[in-house]
Amino acid sequence: MNLHAIRAIYGFELSRWFRTLGQSIISPVISTSLYFVVFGAAIGARMGSIDGVSYGAFIIPGLVMLNLLNESISNASFGIYMPKFSGTIYEVLSAPVSAAEVVLGYVGAAATKSVLLGLLILVTARLFVPYEIAHPLMMFGFLVLTAVTFSLFGFIIGIWADGFEKLQIIPLMIVTPLTFLGGSFYSISMLPPVWQTIALFNPVVYLISGFRWSFYGVADIGAGVSLAMILVFLSVCLAVVWWIFRTGYRLKS
Amino acid sequence: MESMISVKGLTKAYASGFQALRNIDLDIHRGEIFALLGPNGAGKTTLINIICGIVRPTAGIILADGHDVVRDFRAARSRIGLVPQELSTDMFEKVRATVSFSRGLFGQPPDAARIEQVLRAVSLWDQRDAKIMTLSSGMKRRVMIAKALAHDPDILFLDEPTAGVDVELRRDMWAMVRGLRASGVTIILTTHYIEEAEEMADRVGVISKGEIILVEEKATLMRKLGKKQLRIQLLTPLSAIPTALARYPLELGGNGCELVYTFDTQGEGSGIAGLLRQLNDAGIGFRDLHSSESSLEDIFVSLVSARA
Repeated sequence: MNLHAIRAIYGFELSRWFRTLGQSIISPVISTSLYFVVFGAAIGARMGSIDGVSYGAFIIPGLVMLNLLNESISNASFGIYMPKFSGTIYEVLSAPVSAAEVVLGYVGAAATKSVLLGLLILVTARLFVPYEIAHPLMMFGFLVLTAVTFSLFGFIIGIWADGFEKLQIIPLMIVTPLTFLGGSFYSISMLPPVWQTIALFNPVVYLISGFRWSFYGVADIGAGVSLAMILVFLSVCLAVVWWIFRTGYRLKS
Repeated sequence: MESMISVKGLTKAYASGFQALRNIDLDIHRGEIFALLGPNGAGKTTLINIICGIVRPTAGIILADGHDVVRDFRAARSRIGLVPQELSTDMFEKVRATVSFSRGLFGQPPDAARIEQVLRAVSLWDQRDAKIMTLSSGMKRRVMIAKALAHDPDILFLDEPTAGVDVELRRDMWAMVRGLRASGVTIILTTHYIEEAEEMADRVGVISKGEIILVEEKATLMRKLGKKQLRIQLLTPLSAIPTALARYPLELGGNGCELVYTFDTQGEGSGIAGLLRQLNDAGIGFRDLHSSESSLEDIFVSLVSARA
């Protein structure tokens, strides 16, 4: 195991993050605050509580997930796309590192950033809405698992992308709609029955539902099912990454 | 001679069907400077990239210091440093940070003192905290050399190290490369500047259309293929070569004002003395003599064009 290499990649990625602190931390916090001002205070005051949870508190887990997914994907995809774009990937490819070490460095750094950001958003939310976390350990577990899974997903996108447009298109066209339709701002049970069934095909529903359960002990879908779905998605991502390095897809000719 | 890099039967066919390398056999000796010459697209960079692990071989075996570069990639790659042709750097990163990153990536523990040594060796210590994007291209080239040296490799690949580098920096770089060789590093460089190979290399390999067409000690190569020419400036023009001089390979040039005598440096004696005596006897006066030796470049051009 080349621990020095993992450390080098991880440190490099985190320092890139600190260099762009404004973009990577402050802007998600500001946008989250805006969500709270609009949905929590302005609209939320006119909404009834859902499953016994006030609307302002209800949307917190969904908002954290929204940011967690976006940040994990964009951090990880950008982290591996940039060396490909600038050509500096030659160094990683010629270094005595295994695929697992490269992934640990890049994905580990991206997941670390998203988890820190998720926690920061929780702290920010506390300024607007009082809430409690029923299962803090489970909450943290969901946070970390989701961050790792979607950082892996972002890593795959970053390797697949051969232009900036491709880098943006999956988050924009697929992930953001799935997140908004995945119950960030409402409970699936509020939908007409047909849409409730369709919603079950949206993987983000499981992420948000399980995460919300860890806060308030209530959920659209059982926490066990949510956890299982995250693990399935994690396994799929790991399998794809394994295939990428085995075949050298878009990395080595 | 002990071999530091041993390439056997290396073939590379890209997915497009392009055959970049054909059955390459090559041995690089420990501690030598080996220059790989070849026209654009000959396969120089592909060969280097395969040895360094950036491109996959289609067939063949490569050992670096006895370690298979595919099966035993950790041991092999940790001994190798690569300075690629393209100036690819992390523009926003600072010089010292990027060199430290390279050291870690190649499995060495952090060592601030060693990084300082490397940066001083390439005259970048004063720029240690500068962002790479603010540096000149010559300095960026040196950053890349520092990155390649950060983990103390035994083998250094320099792919076109002096492309687009000014004369002074090129001299500095040559001095640095000699210093590295003196410290025991094996160096493989590709270059377009034949003078660079002529100046630096112990041995020269010529690659053309994916095949190694020649590997030779530089001195032997120049002796073997080198030709000398003697140009004799005549006092009065000649219309034809006098029959008395027929046994010499002579050509008449410069509107009859110049006799060109081409001879092999390997031949037993040059025959110049005899020729001059004959000229004297024939009453042909001359005012100047000019002798020249063919350079590696001439040799190279004639080799590659013979193949084309």
